[in-house]
Amino acid sequence: MLQVARLNAWYGASHVLQDIGLDVKQGEIVCLIGRNGAGKTTTLKSIMGLVKTGGSTIFKGKEILSEPAHTRFALGLAYVPEERRIVQGLSVRENLRLGLVASPAKKNEAALIDEIADIFPRLAERLDQEAVTMSGGEQQMLAIARAMIAKPDLIMLDEPSEGIMPVLVDEMFELFRKMKTQGTTILLVEQNVELALAIADRAYVLDQGSVVHHATAAALLADDEIKERYCSV
Amino acid sequence: MPGLSFDLIAMQLFTGLALGAIYVLFAIGLSLIFGMLTVVNFAHGAFYMVGAYVGLFLISLGGNFWLCLVAVPLIVGISGMIVERFLIRPLYGRGIDYPLLLTFGLSYIMVELIRIGFGTSGYPFDTPDLLQGAVNIGIGYFPLYRLFVIGAAAVVLLGLWLFLERTSFGLIIRAGARDPQIVRVLGVDVARVWLYVFGIGTAIAGLAGLLAAPLQGVIPEMGANILAEAFVVTVVGGMGSIGGAVIAGLLVGVVISMTSLFAPEMAKVSIFALMAIVLLIRPQGFFGRAGLMS
Repeated sequence: MLQVARLNAWYGASHVLQDIGLDVKQGEIVCLIGRNGAGKTTTLKSIMGLVKTGGSTIFKGKEILSEPAHTRFALGLAYVPEERRIVQGLSVRENLRLGLVASPAKKNEAALIDEIADIFPRLAERLDQEAVTMSGGEQQMLAIARAMIAKPDLIMLDEPSEGIMPVLVDEMFELFRKMKTQGTTILLVEQNVELALAIADRAYVLDQGSVVHHATAAALLADDEIKERYCSV
Repeated sequence: MPGLSFDLIAMQLFTGLALGAIYVLFAIGLSLIFGMLTVVNFAHGAFYMVGAYVGLFLISLGGNFWLCLVAVPLIVGISGMIVERFLIRPLYGRGIDYPLLLTFGLSYIMVELIRIGFGTSGYPFDTPDLLQGAVNIGIGYFPLYRLFVIGAAAVVLLGLWLFLERTSFGLIIRAGARDPQIVRVLGVDVARVWLYVFGIGTAIAGLAGLLAAPLQGVIPEMGANILAEAFVVTVVGGMGSIGGAVIAGLLVGVVISMTSLFAPEMAKVSIFALMAIVLLIRPQGFFGRAGLMS
């Protein structure tokens, strides 16, 4: 589904991604782990086309490196940024509609909002509430729902559990598992390593802008040395 | 003060609302463009002036005012889109002062081109036949054309409100003004949206120029005059706020016309006093967000 090779990115003079290579297969949950500043967020932004990069990014067999973000969305790539980016001044429903404005699925808007409301009962109760007045966890649910509503093939999530109360985190990870069984492919960046590895198929460990380790989630979960060296904060 | 009856004051209030309606139309375009593109469009006055001249030109060719109401915004809006596409777009991402300087220079070029084409002196602009005369509005006879201006502004505002609140494109504009990046991530080609927003903003400025023409005549400098007042409107209402532009536009119109009733020589100064007072009490304006320019 997604093959990234020799991905390089710079912020000014600093070389923040160095020859990142990773691949994500159809139906997998793949996890990127590593310390703060290891380059996880920049990797996701690069794949979405929000950071200028060199190298190769192939999505569904097509080289997308020179495509802008909005074209990558149209190809079936979705991204939930770390800051959630719930739009102020819009209701929950309007934020969900925003996930459809550029999609051909827009004509089924009402049905798709009903469908997403079934998956996220917390949002269903608050459709006409101003979105930024909800709790952090509910806003995170909305950010995920907004990215999912147009039914992307691959969804990238940046730190979805950050700052959210544990009961909601469990609910959210249960949802990721369900999304996977329904065929959505997930690329996940997560600080909560144990939790992420528990639902992931494979994981890449990043450090200082490079991939330093790659293994199945089960193998990494058992590998205390790697976890200790690259993931402890 | 003898001779200043309640009716006279009420009439002057209506005159102020008609003047304010022009400011509102001018300032919502300015606000829409600033809110979405963060471009301070110093050429907005020039588009307003061009609107009046396009109307003058079309009527000299045998067109009528009603045709102008449709054709002028269309022509000015398309010119605005050409300006955005080829002059302003290359400057995005370089900071707020680049497009500001560009549009500032562009306004001089536009005024000079009009002077070359139409001469430096002004022209009168006839009030359309159907709208001549005055009607009794209960407190006295009020010029019909001014009522029409108030009505036309209300129609444009209602249309704009429905467009922003009820359509997908309006949703994109409202969201894009707050967070262009998330809109981009959700698949929207933001550059295309900016093009249309600039077109809509300048189209409304052109319409405002046309509506103002029968009231004030047409001169090449008319845009520069209203621009100063419109910036007061924008500062008082809050940068980038459409609701603020409406309320502040009407307020500035009323303040000018009331001051000119009591102390005509103070009319221009009064709005700057109003602005100073608002800035002292509420630096971000009525509806502005603090720190937008920082």
